[in-house]
Amino acid sequence: MSATTEQAAETMTYREAIRAALREEMEHDEDVFLMGEDVGVYGGVFEVTQGLRDEFGPERVRDTPISEAGFVGAGVGAAATGMRPVVEVMFSDFLGVPAEQLLNQMAKMRYMFGGKTDMSLTIRTTEGGGMGAASQHSGTMHTWFAHFPGIKVAAPGTPAAAKGLLKSAIRSDDPVMFFEDKMIYEQEGEVPTSEDFTIPLGEASVEREGADVTVVATQRLVDESLSTAEELSGDVSVEVIDPRSLYPLDTDAIVESVEKTGRLVIADESPLSYGTHAEIGMRAVEDAFYSIAEPIQRVGVPDTHVPFSPPLEDEVLPHGDDVRAAIERIV
Amino acid sequence: MSTIDLDTEDGRREALRRMLTIRTFDETAGDLFADGEIPGFVHLYIGEEAVAVGACGALEEADYITSTHRGHGHCIAKGLDPRQMMAELLGSSEGYCNGKGGSMHIADVEANMLGANGIVGAGPPIATGAALRCHLKGEDRVALAFFGDGAVAQGQVHEALNLASSWTLPAVFVIENNQYGEGTPVEKQHHVESLSEQAEAYEIPGITVDGMDVTAVYEAVTEARRRALDGEGPTLIEAETYRYRGHFEGDPQVYREESEIEEWKERDPIPTFRDRLIDRGDLTDDEYDDLVAEVEETIDEAVAYARDAPMPEPDDAYEDMFAEPAPEIERFARQLQTDGGERGGEKR
Repeated sequence: MSATTEQAAETMTYREAIRAALREEMEHDEDVFLMGEDVGVYGGVFEVTQGLRDEFGPERVRDTPISEAGFVGAGVGAAATGMRPVVEVMFSDFLGVPAEQLLNQMAKMRYMFGGKTDMSLTIRTTEGGGMGAASQHSGTMHTWFAHFPGIKVAAPGTPAAAKGLLKSAIRSDDPVMFFEDKMIYEQEGEVPTSEDFTIPLGEASVEREGADVTVVATQRLVDESLSTAEELSGDVSVEVIDPRSLYPLDTDAIVESVEKTGRLVIADESPLSYGTHAEIGMRAVEDAFYSIAEPIQRVGVPDTHVPFSPPLEDEVLPHGDDVRAAIERIV
Repeated sequence: MSTIDLDTEDGRREALRRMLTIRTFDETAGDLFADGEIPGFVHLYIGEEAVAVGACGALEEADYITSTHRGHGHCIAKGLDPRQMMAELLGSSEGYCNGKGGSMHIADVEANMLGANGIVGAGPPIATGAALRCHLKGEDRVALAFFGDGAVAQGQVHEALNLASSWTLPAVFVIENNQYGEGTPVEKQHHVESLSEQAEAYEIPGITVDGMDVTAVYEAVTEARRRALDGEGPTLIEAETYRYRGHFEGDPQVYREESEIEEWKERDPIPTFRDRLIDRGDLTDDEYDDLVAEVEETIDEAVAYARDAPMPEPDDAYEDMFAEPAPEIERFARQLQTDGGERGGEKR
């Protein structure tokens, strides 16, 4: 967080950082409003929006029916008419329900209209397994939307990144899908307190500098990769990069690191085929082919759904030890 | 002030002019499509003019509309310029969408026209969002969604009706029941006598009106708009109408008999309204002929404008994806060039 070292900061959780971003942007701009299932009175199923209804009232923190196509579509219409809606879809597994409004409306409207409308819509949703929520509440869907033209995608791995990126997303005139890892809501970190603190979409963060291998890690795997790097320190010098945004992707930061280390591990909880890992790896190949000394390693879910029973779930989800194994294969 | 005041002679003549403009525009578009001047495909509004003109006439300019794949009529009724519309149909950079949208995606957000739409049920949720904006901003304006009988079977339409009624939003939902969802008759797609009955599920008023009568549509939307502004929530209006042409130009129309089309044409919204205006002394036969000539001139000018308008530069395809451009687009566009592409960095 080199850009923020001189700013006042406080320790807060990933959840609190997201809530702070929402609060600040609602104070900053009266066109910002929240809607989603139980975001108001209940405070959000993961308590992210707790207290905001009391602070801003039921008009600006709106509880919706269980009607994702309806309220995501209403977000599209409100954004097209100049508002800045922040719509919560409780679990990313539910994104299939409003997919039509996301893909054919939100993502295409500006382009189809020749650039003559803004689409200042932020979709917040949760992903990630690890709590025994089974296949319909544990998926990691961000690759779908990072693949689809016309959508910006953020998937931050630290509290600071979560706050800075969510503020940028809300201020953006482009549609942004903001993926929160539900397993790290309690994770703490230093977060700049200034209302002016934002992180641009498309800017990665080097979370730990190293010389021997580059680990590009997202979400929960950022912290787990940092722990792995610490465990290996003395033997292997590991650089850990959180891309923070998946689209646009900070290709330069990844390439610069790979040119230095010559080795690349990509750790992301999405399924492996046709995915985020492949895209990051291919960017490195395109821009730094001659610098890559060893085969690129991917750490992700082996193309299964996320099962319920703890030993099964634990088997398919990537963890720090999988990152360590990947590093050891090539160093 | 509504866009058109049907209680005045000028307003009635304007309604007739707009219906004639829609018909002439779409007959011309059909001809240009047949001649190969319009790429892609077009869905014509001919026969349904009274719905768009009656509904948009009852709205104020500040009110929002969402439209459908069969959207030319809504555009003209909302006051869009036939020249820029025709330019869009021909794929010109002077069109409403700089040639990126075509017939099915004409939009003019500044004129509060939130777009024609290739997805039949997509407009109602978007209009609900526009109505939510009006509500949150405390503005005296409404949002009206046009959609077809076919779209009524789509879930997102019902989600929009439920949301708008649950939140008492200033929305108006207008079903254009033209009797066919593509090639399947309405009675084979729905298990209700009339589509406006669906309003009962949301405890909002549902009314079926004669969609071949511009006055009937106008009166229904005027009342729906009043309710919306008075905080009474949305209204569902079914306008019974008929499309004379196929679902799209080139549709073999195996699903209906010519005699059925002829029967509906006996109630054609334009001559019936013209005769009414002549009967009440608003218009003479000569004045009607002049009006027809003026409209034809307007559309001829639109065609001439569109034919003269430049086509986009190929590189324009890479513009307008985002407000803040993503570097990926330039990167991958470059890779399409013979001398472009990434070369793997420095050779060791």
